[in-house]
Amino acid sequence: MAQAAAVAKPPPKQQPPKRRKSVTPRKLPYLLIAPAALLMLGFIAYPVISVFYYSLQHFNPTKPWRNGFAGFENFTKIFTDDPLFWDTLLFSAKWVVVEVGLQLLFGLALALIVNQTFVGRGLGRALVFSPWAVSGVLTSVIWVLLYNSQTGITRYLADWGIGSYGTSWLSDTATVFPAAIVADLWRGVPFFAILILADLQSVSKDLYEAAEVDGASRIRQFFHITLPHLKDAIVLSTLLRAVWEFNNVDLLYTLTGGGPAGETTTLPLYVANTSVDAHNFGYASALTTVAFVILLFFSFLYLRLSKFGGDQK
Amino acid sequence: MITEIAPADTKVKIVEPPRTPRGRGLRRRAWDEAPRWQIYLPLGIYLLFTLIPFYWILLFAVRPAGSTSLVPWPMTGEHFAKVWTERSFGTYFMNSVWTGVATLIMTTVVALIGGYALARFDFKGKRGFMLALLCSQFVPGALLLVPLFQIFAELQMINSLVSVVIAETVFQLPLSMILISGFIKNVPYSLEEAAWVDGCSRLRAFLTVVLPLLRPGLIAVGSFAFVHAWNHFLFALMFLSVQEKQTIPVGLNTLLSADSVDMGALAAGGIIAAVPVVIVFAFIQKWLITGFSSGAVKG
Repeated sequence: MAQAAAVAKPPPKQQPPKRRKSVTPRKLPYLLIAPAALLMLGFIAYPVISVFYYSLQHFNPTKPWRNGFAGFENFTKIFTDDPLFWDTLLFSAKWVVVEVGLQLLFGLALALIVNQTFVGRGLGRALVFSPWAVSGVLTSVIWVLLYNSQTGITRYLADWGIGSYGTSWLSDTATVFPAAIVADLWRGVPFFAILILADLQSVSKDLYEAAEVDGASRIRQFFHITLPHLKDAIVLSTLLRAVWEFNNVDLLYTLTGGGPAGETTTLPLYVANTSVDAHNFGYASALTTVAFVILLFFSFLYLRLSKFGGDQK
Repeated sequence: MITEIAPADTKVKIVEPPRTPRGRGLRRRAWDEAPRWQIYLPLGIYLLFTLIPFYWILLFAVRPAGSTSLVPWPMTGEHFAKVWTERSFGTYFMNSVWTGVATLIMTTVVALIGGYALARFDFKGKRGFMLALLCSQFVPGALLLVPLFQIFAELQMINSLVSVVIAETVFQLPLSMILISGFIKNVPYSLEEAAWVDGCSRLRAFLTVVLPLLRPGLIAVGSFAFVHAWNHFLFALMFLSVQEKQTIPVGLNTLLSADSVDMGALAAGGIIAAVPVVIVFAFIQKWLITGFSSGAVKG
């Protein structure tokens, strides 16, 4: 993921400018990016602008008599008169922080382990990374089977006299959060492990040899060589993952449906319900705008605080 | 073979594990000192966490309805037959394949063309464009459902798989393009210039010199696009309302949200959903790591 770090940097030196200009018609690069730019204008930029537009409107096809310009009414309602907004925002924050934190921790540990040389490494890597390819819906299917009181692990444990039959962990407000977290960890850890492992490939072995000669312990080597090297990759992948986890609807929608009792409704899930079930497009657009601003603000803050790309050699 | 791909790039070499478990001499010593149990114990525990869920779904998919055995024997194909025909997973499967492959081709081609421009040219507006690419990563696809639905309704594309392909491609594009431009930057410009000197056109030089070197990166990006499109649920759920157009994740959700869930059918449907991506994954796993590490442009 560190390649995005290259964004702000000048192109590599192997490109002699004089040669390029003589061969390149000026319009060529614009022609080349045109397909991508057009697609993104039409299907990202335009929808974003229309969301901003609708956020200032009352727009609900089921209540056409109210449709029209709303000014900031939707926003006022969000901040002053919508406890659900605050509840779901808080849950989203909790979900993202816990999920990304644990994924990073386990992903880093896993990457360090499978980066070692040992018998069966190829197979081991393939197996531990495999949940990466599994979809949110399929993850839900699997964990619904595992958590269900009839088909799940608890039933067999109870058969052997461990624990009680009880109910599904997904329908109990006390257990639903950790249950959902574990299900998403199962799929999310390999993402971090793959990216970190990729970045580990470029740590210079000379550094470790030098540290070895100086008598540094393996723990010291980790904190003074490995971790600084991984910093940019970690910053970028946690950020992408946080945004992704924030926006991710598939898993919770199918695993818990936001329940029980709204206990696991994230902000995007709330927006989806508002627009799809309640058809309140104007209000949903205002919620989307708020979510978007929050995301941008925190991403910016995060990149600033972590001094991303700042101290590269 | 992988070693040849990125010339003068030592980091790629390391991906090829040495055949001897203990490595060779000083080169690997620092990390090789970990006692074996420090590798196998945590790896084994994590493997249990990874594999038990897979085993569980496999178990329910192949054992007869009503059985409570923990061993998948005797095996039955009844759940698969039922899901494939009665629950139309055969249709869903073909729709998913179509969507996945179309998204793969469209994403890779558009990202390759754009990525080349970003890697090899300086042009006015490049920084702005790069910034737009990065910012688009923060746009929540799930939150754009309504405006996207309106656009596709306008274009008469609701209930057409094309709408899903376009939506998936658009959200895959920014990252794919950034990744591919990184891969292209890693190919020395002098190689292309040498081809021009030999009389190749820019296009031909690109196709014959650069493209073959991009293979690991393109495999990584393309398989990403395929897996995403295959797995993604919300766009298909929203844009495809007729049953014969729906994709596998939507079919799974239908099974999952039924009043009384048929666990055998659900598990069999899950296996059908998993098989293609697991196969793709098994093939590309090695390239994924090389692809990402050679795409990472450092310093």
